[in-house]
Amino acid sequence: MKGYLALIGARFRVLLQYRAAAAAGIGTQLFFGLIRVMIFQAFYRSSAHPQPMSYVDIVTYIWLGQAMLGLLPWNLDSDVQNMLRSGNVSYELVRPLDLYWHWYCRAFAMRVAPTLLRSVPVIALAMLFLGMQTPPSLASGLGWLLTTCGAVVLNCAFMMLVTVSLFWTLTGEGIQRAVLPLVYVFSGMLLPLAFWPAWMQPLLHFLPFRGMMDLPFRVYLGQVAPLQAVPEFGIQLLWTAAFIVAGRTLLARGTRRLVAQGG
Amino acid sequence: MNDSWKLYLHYLGISIRAQMQYRASFVMMTIGFFFTTVIEFLGIWAMFARFGSLQGWSLAEIALFYSVINMAFALTEMFARGLDTFPNLVKSGDFDRLLLRPRSTLLQVLGSEVSLMRLGRILQALPIMLWGAHTVGVVWSPGKALLLIGATAGGTCLFVGLFLLQASMSFWTIESLEIANILTHGGTQTAQYPLDIYRPWFRIFFTFVVPLACANILPLNVILQRPGATPLLGALSPCLGLLFLGVAMLAWGQGVRRYCSTGS
Repeated sequence: MKGYLALIGARFRVLLQYRAAAAAGIGTQLFFGLIRVMIFQAFYRSSAHPQPMSYVDIVTYIWLGQAMLGLLPWNLDSDVQNMLRSGNVSYELVRPLDLYWHWYCRAFAMRVAPTLLRSVPVIALAMLFLGMQTPPSLASGLGWLLTTCGAVVLNCAFMMLVTVSLFWTLTGEGIQRAVLPLVYVFSGMLLPLAFWPAWMQPLLHFLPFRGMMDLPFRVYLGQVAPLQAVPEFGIQLLWTAAFIVAGRTLLARGTRRLVAQGG
Repeated sequence: MNDSWKLYLHYLGISIRAQMQYRASFVMMTIGFFFTTVIEFLGIWAMFARFGSLQGWSLAEIALFYSVINMAFALTEMFARGLDTFPNLVKSGDFDRLLLRPRSTLLQVLGSEVSLMRLGRILQALPIMLWGAHTVGVVWSPGKALLLIGATAGGTCLFVGLFLLQASMSFWTIESLEIANILTHGGTQTAQYPLDIYRPWFRIFFTFVVPLACANILPLNVILQRPGATPLLGALSPCLGLLFLGVAMLAWGQGVRRYCSTGS
């Protein structure tokens, strides 16, 4: 356990070095958020139909999305990709750590460290100047924290499954291209899930992707009651466990048939 | 001049042959580009299903805005991909080699990579454009068709100009600057909708500073025959993109002149 914690700590220190990149990232995130807010505003202005979310809630949802974007599993760890391509993965296999958990820790640091760095200023600026609201109650806020933790472990477990597939495909570009739209649509990044047509809702509700983003945001907004957040957290953990089991099984197969590339 | 074109076509051939070496990956990536943008349009469709209309614009009209800007951006990514990776050339000092050759530096950089898989994005924008035009019931005339092509070309010039400015910046900063993505990717995002839905300051910025309006509301208002359309301004608007490209080329020239090799 100590080894894994040390690993996470080391990765955090590496990733927190990129402060200029983070500043640029914050600017980009704010700009894109602003475009999205203006588009929604225009839509709300042109229709009096009751909508699944109020305009004020949408604005908060968008800024939360811009702040938490880094948590979404949309890209692979390029170091791991290179290791598999160059054959250096054999060094990883020699280490006295379980390969799955080792890489899981890397994935965890890769998702959490940059997000910590970016989300705080984005949320602060959005709350001060751009119309983002605080949660309606303390309980909602706590529920949000809980389900965000659930989202982090879920996202890492999902990303690990994609990473393990690299043992078969090596390049990973194709799989990344295929996974990205799935995450983009079904997590609520493209559009808050409530806005998709009613007939899609059962599917959206069943899939694990809503736990990656939409669920924590709805808890934050109070649309999912704080008490309801606990069983929802349980569902996130169930999906996480399923992805971990699948990932570990595949990894065991993958390492058995692994041909180290290069020499 | 003639000779430069021949050289560029030669570069083009090499680049395409190189990409065809990884055929399976090429096909997958092309399909990938196709779907990532299709999904974007699905999102717009879902919004219209909920709201009905957007400040007097219909989904079919938005389809035209969407396809023009996406086509322009895809064409830019296809032909100006070399500018995207250009900062690496400055950082490593490899730009020296380009300066030694008796040809324009810009030609060499543009020729270094032509990314054919962006075809996926173009292939996706085309049916949406046709569907949009058909549903709106555009009464076509040679002038309108020309204007639509002009709008796409103007948008492409504008984006190439932005890519060029971004690349030129690396002469001063050495490092690549992600921040310019705001204008390229953010501009595409913005111009998928008519500019008149945005706040005034935003609209002014994208009309007079970075003239996205040249591939957006100015020509499309004329094609869609919206009230208040100004045919003359619409017809001239693609030139704004060209003008922007010209300014960017001047900046590039300045950058090349002050280039100081990193020497490694």
